[in-house]
Amino acid sequence: MRIIVCVKPVPDPKHWNRLQLDPKTRTLVRKGIPGTINPLDRHALEAALTLREQEGGEVLVVSMAPEDSQPVLKEALAMGADRAVLLSDRVFAGSDTLGTAYVLSVGIERLGEFDLILCGDETIDGGTAQVSAQLAEFLGTPNVMHVSGLEVSPGKPWLARSQIEHGYTLVEIEPPMVLSVVKTINTPRYVTLMNILEAEQKPIEVWSANDVTLSEPWAGLAGSPTQMADLFAPERKGMAEMITGDPKEQAAKLADRLHRLGFC
Amino acid sequence: MSDQVESKIWVFVEQRRHVVAEVGLELLGKARSLAEPLQWKVAAVLVGHELDALAEMVLSFGVDEALVADDALLEHYCNQAYVKAVEGAIRQYEPQALLLGATAMGTDFAPRLAARLRTGLSAHCIDLDLTPDGQLLSLVPGWGGNVMARISCPKTRPQVATVLPGVFPVPEPGRARGRMVSLNPQLQPEDLGYRVVETKREEAPKSGLETAEVVVAGGWGVGSKADWTRVEELAAALNGAVGATRPPVDEGWAEEKQMIGQSGRTVRPRLYIGLGISGHMHHLVGVKSSELSVAINSDPKAAIFEHCHVGLVGDLKEIVPPLVEAIKQYSQQEPG
Ligand SMILES: Cc1cc2nc3c(=O)[nH]c(=O)nc-3n(C[C@H](O)[C@H](O)[C@H](O)COP(=O)(O)OP(=O)(O)OC[C@H]3O[C@@H](n4cnc5c(N)ncnc54)[C@H](O)[C@@H]3O)c2cc1C
Ligand SMILES: Cc1cc2nc3c(=O)[nH]c(=O)nc-3n(C[C@H](O)[C@H](O)[C@H](O)COP(=O)(O)OP(=O)(O)OC[C@H]3O[C@@H](n4cnc5c(N)ncnc54)[C@H](O)[C@@H]3O)c2cc1C
Repeated sequence: MRIIVCVKPVPDPKHWNRLQLDPKTRTLVRKGIPGTINPLDRHALEAALTLREQEGGEVLVVSMAPEDSQPVLKEALAMGADRAVLLSDRVFAGSDTLGTAYVLSVGIERLGEFDLILCGDETIDGGTAQVSAQLAEFLGTPNVMHVSGLEVSPGKPWLARSQIEHGYTLVEIEPPMVLSVVKTINTPRYVTLMNILEAEQKPIEVWSANDVTLSEPWAGLAGSPTQMADLFAPERKGMAEMITGDPKEQAAKLADRLHRLGFC
Repeated sequence: MSDQVESKIWVFVEQRRHVVAEVGLELLGKARSLAEPLQWKVAAVLVGHELDALAEMVLSFGVDEALVADDALLEHYCNQAYVKAVEGAIRQYEPQALLLGATAMGTDFAPRLAARLRTGLSAHCIDLDLTPDGQLLSLVPGWGGNVMARISCPKTRPQVATVLPGVFPVPEPGRARGRMVSLNPQLQPEDLGYRVVETKREEAPKSGLETAEVVVAGGWGVGSKADWTRVEELAAALNGAVGATRPPVDEGWAEEKQMIGQSGRTVRPRLYIGLGISGHMHHLVGVKSSELSVAINSDPKAAIFEHCHVGLVGDLKEIVPPLVEAIKQYSQQEPG
């Protein structure tokens, strides 16, 4: 079985307090903030590794990111992926989700046939939750989002469980396909020192725009249909009216207020 | 009857088993107010099977056209079939904008459709504007709600956006004046891509958060499962429902269905009280329509104090017990 996992390097949320909004360029300055695997992509990778253990085959990691994201791909290799491809080119920079999905799709086309592509449902930075379905559309395969369970038995259609409001749907689906997962699907494994040493032997290939076939114009800032007209910190309503005093006084004042408003 | 569709803004009104998602109605109201200055018409798009009654219903919300893609193969939601069902009509009638709810269905259907049409899509918007020249500007939260992006789609049409449920009010229904147009989807079984085996939904809880007049929500600052009773006691004293931020749900103090915010419920209570909640946008988008919001937090710099009406700086463990007592006393005084 051939499984491809789409992994997005994101700034480690532990250090998000250091993110700065540059008012001039309207971008977030993430310099010096270490990257990590987007949290849900760890779950996607775990699902892929579990399937490989069960069915055999290989797990490939694909990422579109700046070249300095290689440590993040090393992390994915240390978790157990066999091989990683980093799609990196200034031409790809600034892609919206259509552009991102398109670039990932041409990279995957170069990798050849696959049974399954796994994504996270959403990232923690852009967080649009749009890339997986758009990737499937470019590749012409079916896709299921919000996947919280997957049952694979050889020779039979696969069963994917997809979360919906207050419940789930169960669908029968045949490879090749794209699935995007939610957190409850599994618990990602820990990486040991041994795994990290082993990962040193595994290849990371870096592909530029010249290594793939871009027959459509959607890649990068210039090709993307959406534009970011503005980026700003959310508006502050202004300070609340504060109720002060020792805790008992605060409680009494608030209760009195709620009483006058008819809540008690 | 001419089948020419004139509407420039189309709103996808999602339904499962003939129950519509409320966000679809919210968007009908918003679409009408966006369209008015430009004198554009607004259409509701329904996809499914046996939709006549629903078409009547959406028409009562004042839309000009109800576009109905009806086929037995569309009985269960399947993204590829849904895309096929509306793609032709979009290419033929060229709407300027298409709005969908950012629900489990909408977040899956919209990206697939936008990619098929090779057009731009903005994600789980919390506000929408339409410029006089017909550009849709959407406000998209990113980076965990720490920033907002204003997204436009200058070159391609339609401009597609998913919108968070609960951002806009549900309009009042009135007298229907629009007409129904059938989209004739003409699907084949192989258009489906996958087969829905079953759909399970639990009954929506009766005293649901969404309809509660009073919501008391607890955050990570509540401290532990044992301390969670403080949230429940305060809610009980006020006859309210209990909500939560994500950490208490992750910790198992509260249930998933109690989570409020971007990935959870949207509430519109008369009174919201947040206990030990820092005030991330992820959570705040779900409570921003509260009439009166109160926060109790030990950190005077907590962001929630910049978003709520009334703030108490202090340890919730010291404030909540006397608060519950005082509220109970008032309630007992109440005659009858
Ligand atoms: C505040 C903000 C708002 C934005 N709003 C929009 C918008 O409304 N519309 C729009 O089109 N773009 C928008 N973008 C741009 C968008 O974030 C980028 O296009 C980004 O490259 C991909 O989207 P995502 O991070 O939202 O991915 P998601 O769709 O949330 O990612 C889902 C999954 O796709 C895979 N994936 C995503 N990106 C990559 C990658 N680079 N490499 C490998 N796998 C990947 C991962 O498995 C991931 O878990 C916005 C960006 C910001 C910062
Ligand atoms: C894609 C995405 C989607 C998300 N969706 C949601 C969502 O829908 N809903 C949601 O809620 N979150 C969501 N989150 C998580 C969100 O970003 C925040 O992490 C979360 O809302 C924070 O919860 P909190 O305020 O309870 O915890 P914290 O941010 O840890 O705040 C705890 C607060 O408690 C205070 N405190 C501590 N002890 C006490 C005490 N004894 N008395 C009084 N105050 C005390 C502290 O000062 C602090 O301000 C999402 C995150 C991501 C990445």
